[in-house]
Amino acid sequence: MSIATQTVSGIRKGLLARDFSATELTQQALAFAQAENPKTNAYLRLCPERALEAAAKVDAAIAAGRDPGLLAGVPVAVKDVILTKGVITTCASKILEHYVPPYDATAIERLEAAGGIIIGKTNCDEFAMGSSNENSAFGPVRNPVALDRVPGGSSGGSAAVVAQGTAVVSLGSDTGGSIRQPASFCGVVGVTPTYGRVSRYGLSAFASSLDHIGPFARNVADAATLLEVMSGRDIMDSTSAAAPVPSYAASMTGDVRGMRIGVPVEYMAHATGETAGLINKAIDTLRGLGCEVVDVSLPSTDYAVAAYYVICTAEASSNLARYDGVRYTTRSEDASSLIGMYQHSRGEGFGPEVKRRIMLGTYVLSHGYYDAYYLKAQKVRALVARDFSRAFGKLDAIVAPVSPFPAFKIGEKVDDPVAMYLSDIYTITGSLAGIPCMSVPCGLTGDGLPVGLQILCDHFHEPEMFRLAHAFESAAGVFGIPLSTSEPIQ
Amino acid sequence: MKLTEKEVRYVAGLANLSLSDEELGRMVHDLGGILEQMDRLAEIDTEGIEPMSQVLYDAGDETATLREDVERETLGSEAATANSALAANGYFKVPLVIER
Repeated sequence: MSIATQTVSGIRKGLLARDFSATELTQQALAFAQAENPKTNAYLRLCPERALEAAAKVDAAIAAGRDPGLLAGVPVAVKDVILTKGVITTCASKILEHYVPPYDATAIERLEAAGGIIIGKTNCDEFAMGSSNENSAFGPVRNPVALDRVPGGSSGGSAAVVAQGTAVVSLGSDTGGSIRQPASFCGVVGVTPTYGRVSRYGLSAFASSLDHIGPFARNVADAATLLEVMSGRDIMDSTSAAAPVPSYAASMTGDVRGMRIGVPVEYMAHATGETAGLINKAIDTLRGLGCEVVDVSLPSTDYAVAAYYVICTAEASSNLARYDGVRYTTRSEDASSLIGMYQHSRGEGFGPEVKRRIMLGTYVLSHGYYDAYYLKAQKVRALVARDFSRAFGKLDAIVAPVSPFPAFKIGEKVDDPVAMYLSDIYTITGSLAGIPCMSVPCGLTGDGLPVGLQILCDHFHEPEMFRLAHAFESAAGVFGIPLSTSEPIQ
Repeated sequence: MKLTEKEVRYVAGLANLSLSDEELGRMVHDLGGILEQMDRLAEIDTEGIEPMSQVLYDAGDETATLREDVERETLGSEAATANSALAANGYFKVPLVIER
């Protein structure tokens, strides 16, 4: 049995048949992650003590004849912006280098209650700000598919460990594409659920009106199970939705005949080269499955990037005010006055991209500029959301590229923040509208680089999204392949 | 919109952020380029559009955002101050603010 080829349902079956114990599986997962991690720098740290304790509970439940849960024994990696009690959580920032959270995020509690085993914390862009994972204070992550390339960002480590096979599933966070884009770059499934579907209690806030927690997996069914376990109302997050959580497994019938799928003309006008070719091939596959594919117009698309970067930096400048050298670990030595201590602690603790966004956000909220930037951006956001709600009046889903290009070389775009921001165009629109969207692998370029197909649905229509993604995955035969072995997934 | 060095210094002050001279120069360049993109927002007509400050959806009565106001156990000051660089007796310690 190789840990790198396991699935959620396969592990549960193996445990219940007593083929292996959760403790054995966890030990193997930890050893494998330890051995493989130097290649990618995807894990910032492993947490063997916590993992083995959780595994012992699963084994005890099975021994006692109790149901060990939907995620029984599954090794889960967690992006280092999600709090884990007693396990250092840095947000990939120097300013939180020694921070030990006093509580667990709700998503973490729910995963463990379902038998999931948290094995480690993954690298990411500092405070989830970036599209390449090059903004980590602890070094970039390498894409396991091609080690000289970025894994995408900001949840680059979480995508990389699943692609590499050093975790079976993982958690990321998505504010403007931080789950879908790395999923696409690494050839795995990544899901951004409806805004409010998963509680953000214990997620370090970046831009609160846009932040989501969501899963990565090597196949659609595993991602759906992980999301189902985490979803639902949480009294600790007033923005969490009370809407009932349906069975996502039951939605994956394989039958998508008659589904009405829109392809946004504004997106395809930008898409070029091999990415466009693979997306068009995926659209043909959907037609072959009996979907009705039509063009759709989302006319506000061209203004979405500008609106997004105004809103997210404004919210970030406010959210990150809390890191001032008082409450969280690192304080500047240069701290003779109170204001000086704030300024130097922040100046020394934050990296260049975080500083850039704090500055931008402070500027657009400052006196005299609020109406022209922040208020205007919120109105454009309403237009983007209206584009989608009009489209979903006639459509079941929209399909699109995730990124204009596949994984690029480390260092290639790091000096041009404007170009980096503009590359988020396809993922930002769905984030602004708060609709569920996901990336599912749809093929490889001539250089062997993965490309993802993005599927977007209306609020709370995750069941339709998973039904389409699962049918596509089965028809296209493109699964996320763990790269550390050549074995196919069972 | 291009920013001057003076404006960038002012914004850094608002954000409580110390910047080195090198960072300052870089910030003038980067913020100018990004704001140029953001200025495109002026091109789009938003007459009569309500600003969207949060995601709204029709989820019926079930999405009640308020919980019952009942007393619950809190973290406690020891756990809450445990991560501070400098804390004692359940308090955060900061440089002197008011002279005696």
